[in-house]
Amino acid sequence: MDSLLLLSFLFLTAGIIMVPIASRLGLGSVLGYLIAGILLGPLLAWLGVDVVAIQHIAEFGVVMMLFLVGLELEPKMLWHMRTRLLGLGGLQVAVTAALIMGVVMLLGQPWTVSLAIGLILTLSSTAIVLQTLGEKGLMKSDGGQASFAVLLFQDIAVIPMLALLPLLALPELADLAHDGGHGAAHGDAHGDGHSDENGDAHGDEHGWSINLVDALPGWLRAVVTLAAIGIVVVGGSYLTRPIFRFVDTAKLRELFTATALAMVIGIAVLMTAVGLSPALGAFLAGVVLANSEYRHELESDIAPFKGLLLGVFFITVGAAIDFGLLGSNLLTVLALTIGMVAIKAGVLFVLAMIFRVEGSDRWLFSLGLAQAGEFGFVLISFTLANNVLPREIADMLLLVVALSMMLTPGLFIFYDRFIAPRYAKAQTAEPDEIDEGGTIIIAGHGRFGGIVNRMLLGQGFQTVVLDHDSRQLEMLRTFGIKVFFGDATRPDMLHAAGIDSARMLVVAIDGREQATELVRHVSTNHPDVYIVSRAVDRHHVYELYAAGCRDIIRDTFDSAVRAGRSAMEGMGVHPYDAQRRSKEFASADRKALAALAPVYDPSLPGHQNKEYVRRVKEIAAQQEAELRGEKKAYSARVERAWSPPTLDDVQAETEAAQGGEFSKP
Amino acid sequence: MSRLLVYHAHPAPRHSRANKAMARAARWIDGVTWVDLYQDYPRFDIDADREQARLLDHDVILFQFPLFWYSSPAIIKEWFDITLEHGFAYGAGGTALEGKQMMLAVTAAGAEDAYTAEGYQHFPLRTFLTPMEQTARLCKMSFETPYVLYGALRAAEDHALSDHAHGFASLIQSIREDTYDFEAARQREVVRAADLTILCGERADG
Repeated sequence: MDSLLLLSFLFLTAGIIMVPIASRLGLGSVLGYLIAGILLGPLLAWLGVDVVAIQHIAEFGVVMMLFLVGLELEPKMLWHMRTRLLGLGGLQVAVTAALIMGVVMLLGQPWTVSLAIGLILTLSSTAIVLQTLGEKGLMKSDGGQASFAVLLFQDIAVIPMLALLPLLALPELADLAHDGGHGAAHGDAHGDGHSDENGDAHGDEHGWSINLVDALPGWLRAVVTLAAIGIVVVGGSYLTRPIFRFVDTAKLRELFTATALAMVIGIAVLMTAVGLSPALGAFLAGVVLANSEYRHELESDIAPFKGLLLGVFFITVGAAIDFGLLGSNLLTVLALTIGMVAIKAGVLFVLAMIFRVEGSDRWLFSLGLAQAGEFGFVLISFTLANNVLPREIADMLLLVVALSMMLTPGLFIFYDRFIAPRYAKAQTAEPDEIDEGGTIIIAGHGRFGGIVNRMLLGQGFQTVVLDHDSRQLEMLRTFGIKVFFGDATRPDMLHAAGIDSARMLVVAIDGREQATELVRHVSTNHPDVYIVSRAVDRHHVYELYAAGCRDIIRDTFDSAVRAGRSAMEGMGVHPYDAQRRSKEFASADRKALAALAPVYDPSLPGHQNKEYVRRVKEIAAQQEAELRGEKKAYSARVERAWSPPTLDDVQAETEAAQGGEFSKP
Repeated sequence: MSRLLVYHAHPAPRHSRANKAMARAARWIDGVTWVDLYQDYPRFDIDADREQARLLDHDVILFQFPLFWYSSPAIIKEWFDITLEHGFAYGAGGTALEGKQMMLAVTAAGAEDAYTAEGYQHFPLRTFLTPMEQTARLCKMSFETPYVLYGALRAAEDHALSDHAHGFASLIQSIREDTYDFEAARQREVVRAADLTILCGERADG
């Protein structure tokens, strides 16, 4: 227990210190974690910590990440990207593996070893690339989409690889393994947690993992596998809603987190049990839930765990670098790494040309995916355990993979500094057109937010609607309106709903204080997001103004003005006159409000705020003067408009014409 | 340095090509007050005091708009109705605008030969602008020769539009710098982009 706490403390502290430093230096979080790992390495070695065992646990972060990736990806979109997924992804894996295999064979390795190395190195780092693309907001770019297609194909390709790699086993290594005994032949750093009989990459390191399918005949195994996938798809589609509704009755925030975690872990266990990749299972579950109204809730619950686990994962990658081996083979490792990165980038670049990924996106795609990835580590330990690779080569490969992952942030920085600016110039020539893209987050879908949503959808805008009343949600769903479950006042929920890339937030929730808090949070942390907020009354307007909102709508004001206009019409005022008078009234009232809002101080009661009291008196005096007829009333402008010239005016013009100065044609 | 006030009016910018191109070329010129009327008054509640103050602050008032039904878009008429009050712009004591200049920059869909007695519009373009011309005169302002683009729809497809838009920018620049020859322009029915090389003086390059 103590050692667990100590380890957690060490990992967390290392990350907390290094990641902000790395971010400030523009290196990105992944490199920060890697550096933290390198610095932490000697200490962990001194404490005798099994870094690789921790790495296996931390790999669960990859499972969570794929679940989140799935959540972002509706089945429709997946179908839409099928050409790229199969074409771009398939060709990348096949061509890269073949090229690397050829090069390794030229270096004098047998074809089995070469093929294994080719397959291991063809995989890129889903964790680094998706994390970095997400941080840089490049996920939606063409390069980001193409990268995602390739990564997804690679993640799926791992499954057949795990099935096929054992067939490449070297007989002499197998003999050695049997003679020398498992642990002695492999050392204790790698692979000993992996059981040979289990075809799966994750989860099996816990030692007690269940495997249902090994004892079964082939056809039954297929049936069980399909059944497991069926459970994920059907369960995801039909059980999520009743489960969340049930959990919602407790009204406890942490229960949602528990449910989300239980779902992901349950899927991972199920997939492991039938010999499938938990990452793939989680991805599938994510895709199934992408259309669900609980999507953002799940996202905000899982995201912190994913982030932390991936952080730990990267720290272990840094810590596992064998500097002794690296020091003695520095040039070889460097040459191999650079060679590999060059081959991968080259293949990607050519494929990008064939698949018409243009401009800066092509570079993003080629440079971003040029590293080897975390699945490489998994496959290395797996092939080592299956006697496919000799120990020296495996250790060397580990260094190459780790080093290439460490180079990736550098390549992204290179892209940011040198490539993106070159293309950016060419694209910003005509900034005049108003970009109508970008999403609008609507907080609250009651009588107020609902109308706003309908208007915006009618104009073709993208809205993300959040409401935390699960009964209201059910009702809306029957009418085909898409609303997500979630409390918009929670920052993590807003994050999941996409506040980072949103253009606008419409605050339409009932709670007065909550609305103010929400406005304060968003205007402070996301100053680029335009906020429209509903106010309950005059003082709420001041509070929202102080919180940073500049577009505030009192929820009953406009209808009251319309009622006043109807009353005027009913009293026989000419409808157009009534219309202009009501407009004039509203604008005078808004002006008074705007004059008072900046001096209102929410921390002071109104009567203690001298400036506020002074202005209130001023405005009251003015209104009184208007009532007594001493000053022009708010309707003066209405009275003035279209007033006919007097006889004096006509006389003046006639005289001027006779004077002749301006009458010449 | 003339103080120039441009009122731009197009009720449907999404359909606009000619006036949008003109605005894009000219609205960033320094020292010119640019007012997009439909943007400023989306609900048509024109503020007479504010507009009168604007007029007092400037020497040349230029209205830029597409011709709709032989007249300006509705908001310009509304602006006239509300802003040009008796006692301010005309009538007894109405001398606030005396000596200022009013000018129009108009785009018309019809070709030049349509605006002739023989053409399908039956009248020259200037005839349709006479209400505004006389408005200027009654307000004791001089009415300057309008800057006109004929065949505005077709112009978008060839060089005519970009010439006209760049011409608009040089026109505004030279009015501001007092190099525009108003006197020579008054000899013409309308001013076209091609005429500006002579009228804009030495700073014609814009």
